[in-house]
Amino acid sequence: MTATQDQPAPQEIGPTTQAAGSGPYFGDFGGRFVPEALIEALDELATEYDKAKADPEFGAELSRLHRTYTGRPSILTEVPRFAAHCGGARVILKREDLNHTGSHKINNVLGQALLTKRLGKSRVIAETGAGQHGVATATAAALFDLDCVIYMGEEDTRRQALNVARMRLLGAEVVPVTTGSRTLKDAINEALRDWVTNVDSTNYVFGTVGGPHPFPAMVRDLQRIIGVEARQQVLDLTGRLPDAIAACVGGGSNAIGIFHAFLDDADVRLVGLEAGGDGVESGRHAATISGGAPGVLHGARSFLLQDEDGQTVESHSISAGLDYPGVGPEHSWLSTIGRAEYRPITDAQAMEAFRLLCRTEGIIPAIESAHALAGAMQLGQELTVQGEDPPVILVNLSGRGDKDVETAAEWFSLLDEGTS
Amino acid sequence: MTVTDQVSRTAARIDELRSEGRAALVGYLPVGYPDLEGSIAAARQMVAAGVDIVELGVPYSDPVMDGPMIQRAVEHALASGIRVRDTLRAVEGVAETGVPVLVMTYWNPVVRYGVDAFARDLAAAGGAGLITPDLIPDEAGEWLTASQEHGLDRVFLVAPSSTPERLAMTAAASRGFVYAASTMGVTGTRASVGSDAERLVADTRGAGAERVCVGLGVSTAEQAAEVAGYADGVIVGSALVRALVDAESPAAGLDGIAQVAQDLANGIRGARR
Repeated sequence: MTATQDQPAPQEIGPTTQAAGSGPYFGDFGGRFVPEALIEALDELATEYDKAKADPEFGAELSRLHRTYTGRPSILTEVPRFAAHCGGARVILKREDLNHTGSHKINNVLGQALLTKRLGKSRVIAETGAGQHGVATATAAALFDLDCVIYMGEEDTRRQALNVARMRLLGAEVVPVTTGSRTLKDAINEALRDWVTNVDSTNYVFGTVGGPHPFPAMVRDLQRIIGVEARQQVLDLTGRLPDAIAACVGGGSNAIGIFHAFLDDADVRLVGLEAGGDGVESGRHAATISGGAPGVLHGARSFLLQDEDGQTVESHSISAGLDYPGVGPEHSWLSTIGRAEYRPITDAQAMEAFRLLCRTEGIIPAIESAHALAGAMQLGQELTVQGEDPPVILVNLSGRGDKDVETAAEWFSLLDEGTS
Repeated sequence: MTVTDQVSRTAARIDELRSEGRAALVGYLPVGYPDLEGSIAAARQMVAAGVDIVELGVPYSDPVMDGPMIQRAVEHALASGIRVRDTLRAVEGVAETGVPVLVMTYWNPVVRYGVDAFARDLAAAGGAGLITPDLIPDEAGEWLTASQEHGLDRVFLVAPSSTPERLAMTAAASRGFVYAASTMGVTGTRASVGSDAERLVADTRGAGAERVCVGLGVSTAEQAAEVAGYADGVIVGSALVRALVDAESPAAGLDGIAQVAQDLANGIRGARR
């Protein structure tokens, strides 16, 4: 890459692979199951996004922001001491945890904030579970001088009080949602109600590759930079493509972001790790593809956790960011056609991988990303050595674990009596 | 299936009232609040008090088009174990009164039940059709087929933001009537009905709709009279639900429902057309 700090190459936004769909459907999944009142806004967003994609200025501005604000390209870190626990594989981390605001979420919100400006709107709303997307949205709103309201389940505002304070420091209004299960899914419901009411002035900055068209394709395109960078970086480092890629899947934005540049590389296994909670068989989990069935939730047809009446079932995970009963429609499609595989990782497996990475490499991962690390530990045992080279596993380290220190301290009983 | 099955009873009722010189009063209540039998009794009570067409809501875990009043009632219904099949029992119980009974449902419960199976069982229960707040005609292929097959109404929504093309497309896909959302927003009582509503009704008729009813935010007799002046029907939900929620006993709830329904019916009958 010849780009400089001042004049980076424009970010290539649109997908270039044969396999990439641009929505509204990914096979049988996707679509727009929303009130008619939102259709005009979704059409307007889709049209403006198509224009932006074709506009070199948009790509150049995004690229400049990523270079000078996000901290892109994010680096690769090979982790041999961790890999000692992964059979004979080499393990390489894509360090999205080093981005500004601490996760991959910033990739998406900067693009959507730029679009908000292009639409001439002055207010953004967003949902958040763990608070990562809320913090990223509040950050972009501060940077672009937009009014910002974040909906967060009341239960989550308690679990993630520090992130609530971060968002408020950044000037956002945080609204605790007290309906339903008081978690992420209810925060999305409340954000949709706000959007229906205030759509003239407001853009909904959706946090994942779910929701009605154009969100799944648009958020995917904005996260796709993870895989585009990583593919070249792995080639540079190892001289070949990885054998497998591991990424955690809640709604699925970091996973689709790293998978996408490899879709046409048929020999690269794409593995999504879902939140298995206490185990899929226990019923207390958030493994939507592993343990759910197709249905309609939050604007799209996709896999979801539901009972026999089609009522959404509450999900459970130690990781607030994966604690969601739905999943992006493109993942449902990739699973159905067999291009990507999805498997559950229990809370205990994720926390073991979390502990290992801390102790062997000095990196505290987000508990979300620890699910991907646990997946790498499994894959390392399964992949067979071919020839002289050990197999290579690329893990998307989607976020850092600062926000999870309290949860981890509790899990590992690290707090002395009387200090909590 | 006979030819008469293919005529919408809802449309016929609206036409009949139109020839009497007034708009229809469409009343919404969720199934299962305060309990299944209580919700059937409440719906029958509002019919006795002057509601012309009944809209029964299927309780759903993620009602994005509903405001706090209806959310609360629906959460209560779900927590007490109400099932989708209970909706069909309620339809049967209310259809006995002779008024058209529409079911208002978010889409996933129907998908899960099976679109054709739900249409078949709804028709067998005496239901007139479905109101689908989160299903637009663009996504409704399976429902268009099933509703045709079983002679059911398809009530789709239009909003003040709908483009002329979408108004025409929605009007053409609808059967029974088109539901015009008076304002950009969710269900609930409001101080005034949006001025957008009258324009939207005119535009929807202009786009080919024969019958247009107005909902969202209509709660008082004055508002009902105002809407009845230009629309074919007035849809009221939250104000009726509130009468149940605020009541101190089931009996008081029924009295409250009767009072609210009667006021609204009087408002509509007094409207200038």
